[in-house]
Amino acid sequence: MAYSNKVIDHYENPRNVGSFDKDDASVATGMVGAPACGDVMKLQIKVSADGIIEDAKFKTYGCGSAIASSSLVTEWVKGKSLDEAQQIKNTDIAQELALPPVKIHCSILAEDAIKAAIADYKQKHGG
Amino acid sequence: MKLPIYLDYAATTPVDPRVAEKMMQYLTMDGEFGNPASRSHRFGWQAEEAVEIARSQIAELVNADPREIVFTSGATESNNLAIKGAADFYHKKGKHLITVKTEHKATLDTMRQLEREGYEVTYLEPQTDGLVTIAMLEAAIRPDTSVISVMFVNNEIGVVQDIAAIGELCRSKGIIFHVDAAQAAGKVDIDLQALKVDLMSFSAHKAYGPKGIGALFVRRKPRIRLEAQMHGGGHERGMRSGTLPTHQIVGMGEAFRLAKLEMHDEIKRITALRDRLLEGVKDIEQVFLNGNREHRVPHITNISFNYVEGESLIMALKDIAVSSGSACTSASLEPSYVLRALGMSDELAHSSIRFSIGRFTTEQQIDHTIKIVHQAIEKLRAMSPLWDMYKDGIDLNTVAWVAH
Repeated sequence: MAYSNKVIDHYENPRNVGSFDKDDASVATGMVGAPACGDVMKLQIKVSADGIIEDAKFKTYGCGSAIASSSLVTEWVKGKSLDEAQQIKNTDIAQELALPPVKIHCSILAEDAIKAAIADYKQKHGG
Repeated sequence: MKLPIYLDYAATTPVDPRVAEKMMQYLTMDGEFGNPASRSHRFGWQAEEAVEIARSQIAELVNADPREIVFTSGATESNNLAIKGAADFYHKKGKHLITVKTEHKATLDTMRQLEREGYEVTYLEPQTDGLVTIAMLEAAIRPDTSVISVMFVNNEIGVVQDIAAIGELCRSKGIIFHVDAAQAAGKVDIDLQALKVDLMSFSAHKAYGPKGIGALFVRRKPRIRLEAQMHGGGHERGMRSGTLPTHQIVGMGEAFRLAKLEMHDEIKRITALRDRLLEGVKDIEQVFLNGNREHRVPHITNISFNYVEGESLIMALKDIAVSSGSACTSASLEPSYVLRALGMSDELAHSSIRFSIGRFTTEQQIDHTIKIVHQAIEKLRAMSPLWDMYKDGIDLNTVAWVAH
């Protein structure tokens, strides 16, 4: 498969791989996808008291574009407020990485991961 | 070392330089370019002679009569001609056919087409080791079963079916037996005097010959009849019309001649390389060899690396040309239907890599492969949430995944 240089760069040098302590109150976790589908993304965000995403980490089981999509969103969410991060669209991810049509689901999954992490944060902090 | 390392010999093999050299003599004005069907001049006669020598060379590898070899464009066409041709010709006997779920698409899609034409097909599910048993076949056979098709060596996992026993069963029931031997010729001993096989498909490019040429063995005693699928000048005793491509045929003949001469030494050498590869990766946790351990060719090794996704693994192995058990790299995102038919979970099927070793593989290449595999697995598992969960003792089957 002919991947864009951006996908290959994120795949070969993934940004922000790792985990935070999930029991830390400032940390929220979004896990989306299923092993049977070939992709599972875990995105964690660390949110400051004033609602800004200070840091983000990911772990992904999936193809090159799934890894690249999750790596990219960890960069994008950093410094954003939860509301701003909520606005990130899969089409932006797909466009930035020039994903081929059969890999669009990876960008959808990355968007879902952000939304799941934000939802987890809101649930942890009483909505 | 020249990179990438080619470990996809099951997809295709390079043409052996000795074969290419031979083929070049049958193309230009200075060579034997004639039409083998031209009966009125030397050009035709010489081309015909070359074709007949090649036909004998192919027959010799599998202990058949040269008159039993019909040239086709490859194993896909051979499978089509064998299955459709026999089903059509013997349709009065019955319209039930049997095959196996792990067959090549050239067989499965041919069967699907026959279903659309009113035939009934039973697709056997093999054991989890990839083999079909005589009991399974016996249970599936009906009075109206006309053709059974089982491949000799599986292209994804390399297991070898018990063709001799299946042949006995088919012959005792008067059922035509077709075998797709695309991955078997030159890899296992084939003796068509002993095997009760009626039709057998061959490919040149899996055995160091050129692409675009193959053959179908059509037994003479007892005589098997076929309805032609390609009509025209009545070449190949009416079974397959079309001008014979002399250079391709000569290439296939030379490739099969070399296979007969060298296959036993080659099998030993490739077995040693395969063992070296397995030895090199066996200390990685959660690694599984797919398919029966004994009844297999050494050329094809299919390994699952649990908790690592196949396509990203292939990307990480970019210096090694292998193929994924997962078809992620094509338009389809389905995991390999062959591995699924063995009862393997989708995720393990997604995590599988086929390494296929061949004539030009070296020890040095295998050692480098082992090194790269270790690095890739380490990197991807460090990135894999599933690996973390496995390490934390979480049973992934109990997790409520959100399928997408």
